[in-house]
Amino acid sequence: MIDSSAAGALIKPDRQPASVRAGIDSEPDLGSSPRAARPGLALWVENVTVSFSGFLALDDITLTIDKGELRCIIGPNGAGKTTLMDVITGRTRPTTGSVYLESRAIEVTALPEWRIAQIGVGRKFQRPTVFHGHTVEENLELAIASNKGVFRTLFHRRTANERERIERALETIGLKDAKSKRAGLLSHGHKQWLEIGMLLVQQPKVLLVDEPVAGMSQQEMEKTAELLSGLAGEQTVIVVEHDMDFVRSIARTVTVLHEGRVLAEGSMEAIQKDPRVIEVYLGA
Amino acid sequence: MIPFKTIRERALQLQPARYWIATGIFATSILVIVPLLNAVPGPSSPFHFPDYLLPLLGKFLCYAILALALDLVWGFTGILSLGHGLFFALGGYAMGMYLMRSIKGEGVYRSELPDFMVFLDWKKLPWYWHGFGNFNFALAMAVLVPGLVAFAFGYFAFRSRVRGVYLSIVTQALTYAAMLLFFQNATGFGGNNGLTDFKRILGYSLHDPSTKLTLYVISGMALLFVYLLCRYVVASKLGRVLTAIRDAELKVRFCGYQAAHYKLFVWTLSAMLCGLAGALYVPQVGIINPSEMQPSNSIEMAIWVAVGGRGTLVGPVAGAWLINGTKSWLTTAFPSAWLYVLGTLFVVITLFIPDGLVGISTAIRNRLSARIRA
Repeated sequence: MIDSSAAGALIKPDRQPASVRAGIDSEPDLGSSPRAARPGLALWVENVTVSFSGFLALDDITLTIDKGELRCIIGPNGAGKTTLMDVITGRTRPTTGSVYLESRAIEVTALPEWRIAQIGVGRKFQRPTVFHGHTVEENLELAIASNKGVFRTLFHRRTANERERIERALETIGLKDAKSKRAGLLSHGHKQWLEIGMLLVQQPKVLLVDEPVAGMSQQEMEKTAELLSGLAGEQTVIVVEHDMDFVRSIARTVTVLHEGRVLAEGSMEAIQKDPRVIEVYLGA
Repeated sequence: MIPFKTIRERALQLQPARYWIATGIFATSILVIVPLLNAVPGPSSPFHFPDYLLPLLGKFLCYAILALALDLVWGFTGILSLGHGLFFALGGYAMGMYLMRSIKGEGVYRSELPDFMVFLDWKKLPWYWHGFGNFNFALAMAVLVPGLVAFAFGYFAFRSRVRGVYLSIVTQALTYAAMLLFFQNATGFGGNNGLTDFKRILGYSLHDPSTKLTLYVISGMALLFVYLLCRYVVASKLGRVLTAIRDAELKVRFCGYQAAHYKLFVWTLSAMLCGLAGALYVPQVGIINPSEMQPSNSIEMAIWVAVGGRGTLVGPVAGAWLINGTKSWLTTAFPSAWLYVLGTLFVVITLFIPDGLVGISTAIRNRLSARIRA
């Protein structure tokens, strides 16, 4: 299973001519659309360039990720990893290029952040970001997938189903005993897990995780690896990480970014043998 | 028929039992005891509550509504408005316009037009004064106009993600600009004299003690209603989203909430509550003029909230009363000292007691319970 997904990811996406692409939105003809042609793609980053007043943070990057995959993205500082996450979540607009979800069904780069989140892209920040004033349970409640309109939220009452999902998430992240504790009082590692728990209940299709084990102990790291590996399969998980031991322990396919481009892609072993990768990253 | 147990449960979700007891005590003293003391003992009795104090107390009740409204946006959502005086004044003007219209021929010039229009040699009512002869229309406008202004302002401000101190400065500029506009005679709201010399409301004379008592009691009921409404909002899931926006807005957006809509909702609601306070305030103090839109008035409101304790609802009400009580006393006893006292109070509170009065009482309670346990 590991091998097949790795092999799948190594195949370069066949680019569609611009004329075909233009026709997709107007004619949702499933028979001839690339949606049918390329089933099973969770995320498609296509020719994305991000230029910050001349500086190319991302340089014509193309990347595809299969449904249910656990992908690690590594690269030295300034390689464009965080910018890539920003583009996928709508925080940064690409200068050129597009990002699609579910093969070609949804063009993410045309939507605002909150809409992308509702459709199913979850993001865990580098620094653990939880709502400090709220309890652990309330944090999960706020993240839970539901109608998030203003008036619906005003009159919302917690349903039995939601209660159950919160309980399950509490169990998964091991914070059941701390559920009434204010999130601001949690330890660093627990905050990281709470944030992962929030993503669990948000039920995203694609989960972006930025440096999940920074500042964690060995034991916490193992637990996190277990959590993330458990998520993949049902959900698509993309992990950006610096810690090579951690990447080795969870990675099936690794993408190496360098100066805003994809330098290499493949299994961890293949990556580690790649002379270009060794030169810019692993060798350093 | 909802069973009693559910009612109890829901009531306790709004606020804890001891808060309900305190709310009950306050409601009884404001709505029952004071009116009884005013009406029953004769004027010579030491227990008599004098008529002239009723409008003052009524004014304080209106300030408390303002404090609650500001606490919703600042304390709970983290939007510091330094322009809430504008919404208050707009509500006040709407009610003032009704009161002007109901003077009818009793004014100095014995004209159907308000006196200042006769003075300016205007021959007919400007179009925007139409309808204000009707009390219900004026009352609706007192709430809707501030709401509409706030909605329009908030729509652009929150959509372009103006926030923090920039937003505060813009709100300040907004109320200042409105003040300059209302100072103009040509704007049609009585220029710098504003609207005053009111005679009657719904046919009842404003100088009649029983009218004063009624207005006071209505203000008290309005405060109780607004307080419970604010409790409902902050205890709801929406309330938790608001606090989450205050603490980590970006994360809220990544959770799939359209933060700008939430801010717009609470901002508009807050402005409407201010309008209501303004409408209750004007018949009791008998005047509304552009000085209510002075930036310093709005800043003072922020001080009430800070002194009482942000994000607690109870605190800002206490803060509003404490500061205005001190102000009423000091401005007569030591007129020149008031601003120094206010400034010192604000600096001391923000530096040493960031959680305000409520923070002090919580600290004392925690210490006491720790001692009891030990």
